[in-house]
Amino acid sequence: MIKNITIGQYIPGDTPIHRLDPRIKILATIAYITILFFIKGFFPYIYVLAYLGTVVWLSEISVKTVLKSLKPLIVIILLTVIFNVFLTPGETIKLFGYKLPFVTKEGLYQAVYMGLRLIFLITGASLLTLTTSPISLTDGIEKLLNPFRRIGIPAHELAMMMTIALRFIPTLLDETDKIMKAQMARGADFESGNLLNRAKAMIPLLVPLFISAFRRAEELALAMEARCYRGGEGRTRMKQLKLQRIDFAAAFITILLAVGVIFTR
Amino acid sequence: MSIEVRNLTHTYMKGTVFEHKALNDVNLTIEDGEFVGLIGHTGSGKSTLIQHLNALLKPSEGSIHIDGIDITEKGAALKKIRQMVGLVFQYPEHQLFEETVYRDVAFGPQNLGLGQQEIEARVKEALELVGMDYDSVKDKSPFELSGGQKRRVAIAGVLAMEPKVLILDEPTAGLDPKGRDEILGEIKRLHEKRKLTVILVSHSMEDIANLVDRIIVMGKGKVVLTDTPRNVFKQADLLYSIGLGVPQVTMLVNELNKKGISIGDCISVDEAYAELTKYLRSKLND
Repeated sequence: MIKNITIGQYIPGDTPIHRLDPRIKILATIAYITILFFIKGFFPYIYVLAYLGTVVWLSEISVKTVLKSLKPLIVIILLTVIFNVFLTPGETIKLFGYKLPFVTKEGLYQAVYMGLRLIFLITGASLLTLTTSPISLTDGIEKLLNPFRRIGIPAHELAMMMTIALRFIPTLLDETDKIMKAQMARGADFESGNLLNRAKAMIPLLVPLFISAFRRAEELALAMEARCYRGGEGRTRMKQLKLQRIDFAAAFITILLAVGVIFTR
Repeated sequence: MSIEVRNLTHTYMKGTVFEHKALNDVNLTIEDGEFVGLIGHTGSGKSTLIQHLNALLKPSEGSIHIDGIDITEKGAALKKIRQMVGLVFQYPEHQLFEETVYRDVAFGPQNLGLGQQEIEARVKEALELVGMDYDSVKDKSPFELSGGQKRRVAIAGVLAMEPKVLILDEPTAGLDPKGRDEILGEIKRLHEKRKLTVILVSHSMEDIANLVDRIIVMGKGKVVLTDTPRNVFKQADLLYSIGLGVPQVTMLVNELNKKGISIGDCISVDEAYAELTKYLRSKLND
């Protein structure tokens, strides 16, 4: 029912993309997103497509899986496209001799442009979580935030919170699925009725879900304390992150993309 | 209420890397009023199978007929099916959500659109069926009850729908021996008094051996074996090979037989007691 959401779901593999240092992957993703906002016109999207395509090809993740990550955000993409089509001032478009009200040339252009930007943004960002296990993702975040510890940013704690949050997404989804089914077995109906009725129908789902989330949190805290967890102070790692040749190559290609895009402006 | 499952296949997450065939061409028939035990190793497809029986999951292939009605057809009356086939999930107490026990048990009947009086009568009956005192618990919060009591309230929530078929997925998991015996006793009484068709999923070979008329053994998404408990537990080697076992007392008797103490097959402690006394008496007389 709701098992098909891919956000935050790691697909294990042993490809160059999977092996990249998480720090490089995170930085490259941030750079990639920033680059998207510097794009003017349609031409540079070819560079972005080539970049993204290479990553997808190397990571051996099916295009279908990558596109699935768009599903939860499809409404936002559609809204953006629709608003842009209808609310951009400019020259109205004629179709078969009729004037289409509110639809302008600039609007259509803007809509496709913004739509593409969003699609590239989401698929690119989800590739990070698809190819990086939550644990190495956190390692990367922690290492990247480390220099900011001096100004009071609790790098380790933030990273730990993020891992736990990511770790529990699939668990809570499973739990939701289970409780939904259990209530449906008692005749609950989550799919029909008006907005108010549907919101009311969520109560039998949300109350047990919250209770179980709190129970899990408590159990996890206890399990961590039982293993002497006291935060990041003095903690060492078994696996140290080390930049390899492939990491420099990835960084170089990302910089190339940035230069290419800026050059077309 | 008979259940007929034909060529049932279910594939999870079709078309992704996580694709997984949980059920593979399952065929089985459950007669009206039967008490059936469903056993299988974790991941053998038990849970997937029972979720098909009240249309929570749709088959990838195959069909399910309940009382001659095809429940896999498009436009099948889901509420009616779920009323007829009550499903109690594992740890059912995790789905409690209302402020009072009464309102939680009333959730099902309310969804069926019944009148207030009918609902009250059903709640009262359902709570009494699971051995709880209606007047003293109805206004309590379900969250202040003990684990065993919570579970009973949750089971009552399903019974209040007045199903003809009751499916229970490991109803005794995580309960102490007393709570376990009470719940199993209540299920047995329900089966005898109400003539309910009961399907009991369990990992406890003892519980299964003592309660059910027939066992369905599942392994790797298929029905491996279906027979009376006595005949099923005769095939200890087959059961071991798919990650299951036999009741401990059966194991003991098998070992005794290997050591040359020949006594008949036993699937319960009472039987073993009878057989052993018989054996010892005959030894004494020799």
